[in-house]
Amino acid sequence: MGPVLAGVLQLLALMGALALAYIPLGNYMAKVYSSDKHWRVEKWIYRSIGAHPDTEMRWPAYLRGILAFSVVGVLFLYLLQRLQGVLPGSLGFDSVSPAQSFNTAVSFVTNTNWQSYYGEQTMGHVVQTAGLAVQNFVSAAVGIAVAVALVRGFARSRTGELGNFWSDLVRGVTRILLPGAFVAAVVLVACGALQNFSGIHEVGQFMGGSQQWNGGAVASTEAVKELGTNGGGYFNANSAHPFENPTPFTNLFEIFLLLVIPFSLTRTFGVMVGSVRQGYAILATMATIWVGFVALMMWTEFAHHGPAFEIAGGAMEGKEARFGVGASSIFAVSTTLTSTGAVNSFHSSFTGLGGGITLLGMQLGEIAPGGTGSGLYGMLIMATIAVFIAGLMVGRTPEYLGKKIGTREIKLAACYILITPALVLVLTAVSMALPTPPNSMLNSGAHGFSEVLYAFTSAANNNGSAFAGLNANTDWYNTMTGLAMLLGRFLPMVFVLALAGSLAEQKPVPATAGTLRTEKPLFTGVLVGAILIITGLTYFPALALGPLAEGLAS
Amino acid sequence: MTSRTESEDMSTATPTRAPHGDVPTGHRTAEGRAGAGLFDPGQLVRSLPDALRKLDPRVMVKSPVIFVVWSGSVLTTVFSFTDPGDLFGWTISAWLWLTVVFANLAEAVAEGRGKAQADTLRRAKTDTVARRLLDGGAEERVPGTDLRIGDLVVCETGDVVPGDGDVVEGVASVDESAITGESAPVIRESGGDRSAVTGGTKVLSDRIVIRITTRPGETFIDRMINLVEGAARQKTPNEIALNILLASLTIVFLLAVATLPPFADHAGTQLTMVVLVALLVCLIPTTIGALLSAIGIAGMDRLVQRNVLAMSGRAVEAAGDVSTLLLDKTGTITLGNRRAAEFVPVGGATEAEVADAAQLSSLADETPEGRSVVVLAKERYGLRERHRGELVHAEWIAFTAQTRMSGVDVDGRKVRKGAAGAVTDWVRERGGTVAEDAQSAADRIAAAGGTPLLVAVEDTDGARALGVIHLKDVVKDGMRDRFAELRRMGIKTVMITGDNPLTAKAIAEEAGVDDFLAEATPEDKMALIRREQAGGKLVAMTGDGTNDAPALAQADVGVAMNTGTSAAKEAGNMVDLDSDPTKLIEIVEIGKQLLITRGALTTFSIANDVAKYFAIIPALFAAVYPGLDKLNIMALSSPDSAILSAVVFNALIILALVPLSLRGVRYRPMSADRMLRRNLTVYGIGGLIAPFVGIKLIDLLISLIPGL
Repeated sequence: MGPVLAGVLQLLALMGALALAYIPLGNYMAKVYSSDKHWRVEKWIYRSIGAHPDTEMRWPAYLRGILAFSVVGVLFLYLLQRLQGVLPGSLGFDSVSPAQSFNTAVSFVTNTNWQSYYGEQTMGHVVQTAGLAVQNFVSAAVGIAVAVALVRGFARSRTGELGNFWSDLVRGVTRILLPGAFVAAVVLVACGALQNFSGIHEVGQFMGGSQQWNGGAVASTEAVKELGTNGGGYFNANSAHPFENPTPFTNLFEIFLLLVIPFSLTRTFGVMVGSVRQGYAILATMATIWVGFVALMMWTEFAHHGPAFEIAGGAMEGKEARFGVGASSIFAVSTTLTSTGAVNSFHSSFTGLGGGITLLGMQLGEIAPGGTGSGLYGMLIMATIAVFIAGLMVGRTPEYLGKKIGTREIKLAACYILITPALVLVLTAVSMALPTPPNSMLNSGAHGFSEVLYAFTSAANNNGSAFAGLNANTDWYNTMTGLAMLLGRFLPMVFVLALAGSLAEQKPVPATAGTLRTEKPLFTGVLVGAILIITGLTYFPALALGPLAEGLAS
Repeated sequence: MTSRTESEDMSTATPTRAPHGDVPTGHRTAEGRAGAGLFDPGQLVRSLPDALRKLDPRVMVKSPVIFVVWSGSVLTTVFSFTDPGDLFGWTISAWLWLTVVFANLAEAVAEGRGKAQADTLRRAKTDTVARRLLDGGAEERVPGTDLRIGDLVVCETGDVVPGDGDVVEGVASVDESAITGESAPVIRESGGDRSAVTGGTKVLSDRIVIRITTRPGETFIDRMINLVEGAARQKTPNEIALNILLASLTIVFLLAVATLPPFADHAGTQLTMVVLVALLVCLIPTTIGALLSAIGIAGMDRLVQRNVLAMSGRAVEAAGDVSTLLLDKTGTITLGNRRAAEFVPVGGATEAEVADAAQLSSLADETPEGRSVVVLAKERYGLRERHRGELVHAEWIAFTAQTRMSGVDVDGRKVRKGAAGAVTDWVRERGGTVAEDAQSAADRIAAAGGTPLLVAVEDTDGARALGVIHLKDVVKDGMRDRFAELRRMGIKTVMITGDNPLTAKAIAEEAGVDDFLAEATPEDKMALIRREQAGGKLVAMTGDGTNDAPALAQADVGVAMNTGTSAAKEAGNMVDLDSDPTKLIEIVEIGKQLLITRGALTTFSIANDVAKYFAIIPALFAAVYPGLDKLNIMALSSPDSAILSAVVFNALIILALVPLSLRGVRYRPMSADRMLRRNLTVYGIGGLIAPFVGIKLIDLLISLIPGL
């Protein structure tokens, strides 16, 4: 079996598995966020944090909940790292520097999981497990909560109420992420991933010399790292490390994990707005882009240039021999089209165009299928904009799911789509223009530029993957990527929740034959086109000077 | 509601509706009015001075996208002065200025059409002298501008009405052509629904006393002038929303271009200010930004051409969203009058006998119903129309509300026709009998939605009923198709009628409306509107009477008939000068067309950018990264020519689309799915392809010019 066929078969298997999970998981999540019953353990949590899970919140209250929770999360993680040296379970590592602690705290709270540190050389068991892994759960749950609030905005009318943040947050963890991660961790352990609390081992190498191995709760971290589209590796090599991702099966399983919630949330959306076909349309949009990107990636990575590539069957530099070109392509596209940022290969080593595909994937706003929750709300914002333009073309003022897209709605959606391009382009430009930051680049020319562009694209879009090469552990990059992550996560949430509030207050407009049918394939086509053209146009000049210049050079 | 007709009554009142309600789809473009018809290229030249005047930054700043182009033009011009030998810089600057001028031109042309119309109106508004009545009956002559609300003024033959008001005394025929363009005079009388007079119109005969209802400067004609000139034009909600989206896209592209210099530095090339501005202008949505306000003005203008005045642009937009149309039966769905459809003999009489008697009794009846009896007798039974003069000894009995019948006594024969009850009484008084089948025939006709008229005769054989005339409402030609079209567009039609439910149902079925409201009172109408609106629907209706005013105000689109009362005109958000209730359908179509034109040109504008990138990016960077020359798929001749071609295309496309923005995208009623597919193909796919072709052609031309 040739590597191309193997890659295609893996892709098909993956799609089959996602399809099987779609309806049960989507329906289950809809039930989780619609049920009025609390589990006992949830009641304990509410009591201990003093939350009233049955109080409906308007959007400002919902937002305050998110911001308060996240500020506490950042402070806690920051202190945990700064105090690591005096805490037990540090494996002897020192406290982390202020800039890096800030960066890492923000990174994990924002579901980015950008790592300017080497996991196995910086973080002990306590920080990894009690700090970072906890945020892997809650930051993902926050994302889903915001998406659910927006969906409620579409589904509800004549009320400003969007649900209760604390209840949504806790249920996301207790009912979805914890059980899911538990099952996934068991599977990973069974397949050979590491799960212990042992210390550092000095191991002799094959070719002489020695190397250090850490133990740790790797499999469980890995499970939620993928399931919650987090992506922060236990080890620096991330999912290319055999302790994290031992076999081709675990590789495919991890891709499944990072895609399954974002894709299935479209079902949750469909169920909650009372039309599963609307969910299918959003699913189709996400799936079209995802499959298209995978196909492009495989095409560019399998294309043979020169004898070395031909022997390897494609561009194998920086890719694990266990996974090959096909599985690495699927992983790279999936991790950049979601907000995961876990890597099983080095995006910097992809072909020029392949690197461009990972960049563009993030620049689309990570909406196909995107992060847990953030993918759905990002996509719904794009749908709102597509509806606004396409809706006019059927001769009505635009409406989506029975809600008018008026001045206020379009203002909020327009602000949303401005944020990440502004962060990415401005921070990249400043980093290129100032005298010292460019020293972080490993390469010169187009590839060096791609490293910087990738760093800010990844941070502002809360992806977290890195284009290896850039030394991001400088005060400049730790601070600026930290800012990009913070603003790129929470500013959009402000606009999403305000939009949700505004939609929830409206009275619904009944659909007639004159209404734009957003559940039809035609609209899916419009939406795909709008996403590609609007983001494509935004980043085209920058992409031309990075990956395109490199990829078209030969 | 003015045209309520009781089915027992034989309506002999003059119909209050204007006769051209008979034409279901037609609209007249009044003669002598500007702005009608197709786009005239000469308008571009005539509007040029206005377009140049709009270069004032205080004007430009109102249109954010074009303001960015304006600022860019200033920048490149300044830079060109620093390097006067740079022909490329000067050429780009010139085309950027042209881009701004073309954008202004679009707006100026749209406004120009209204200006011509405003001038016509102003002529009607020449200073009038009013004859104000003083307490005690004396008159004083004061300028029209001195009138206050509540003043009483007198107008006699030849006087121009000095201000808007209601007739409180007298009847007069009034020439309203200054406002409506319709030359046939109309009757205005005190009381009732035809009491409103408009300032600037002319009294042709008789004397009326008018109570002034508006302040000078706020009269109907003043408001019309403001409207057509665009002075009162405010951006509509959807236009504001679109402007926000365009502004945010402009900011995104501003960021993309502004961050480019450091990226280019790293790549080892320097970008000049001229090139950066050119790239920015090509990327921001200039096409729709330039045409947006022209589209709005032209939408209002299309209404004006159909003699409809929208008091706000918001109402035009709402018209596109309407999902329920309330249509008055009489004059809109059916012809204004019922017509004789058949003669049903009773009691052993023959059809010919009935026809003969019916014709005889209707000769003196000049109502449309009466005429239709004569016509039917002639067409169906070949009865020659007799003239009143032929029957020398005839005594004509006119219809009165008391007797409720009309007829003729001639040669000892008495013929009567009228409401069944009245004629039955008449026969019985004379000792005759009404055959039993007469009642059943009348019932059958009533059940089918028609009006039965009994025909009876008294002659040597005694008094007896001969038969029944079946009067029926005639649904206008093409209405069924029209309603089917509306249904496909997702619009529900509700017929409003004063008829009883049985009659209403029959006509509703025949006309193909979705629903009907029978025996409708103003309160019923109001309740219906509220109910529809509670379900999130937008409702449009027409009305003319004072009792329509609350419903007109409640409806999202309320079209008041110009013949209506001033209360109705105040309440509605549109006035139809032709007083043609059928026009509601056209108003909805114009509203939709306005929105479609906006959406289509926005799509076109954004889709255009793809080709411009393929022209400019390789031109900027192929020197340092030769691989990027592969993106030069149009094979443009040189970097300078590529950039210039994109800029020129960007400017010319505005000019090329001015006619479309004024005329509006072609609109045919069809389902949303088909409409979207069609417009996406034309303006989306077309918008992707057109600039590739256009830029290539311009490049070919430029490459022929030496020195560039």
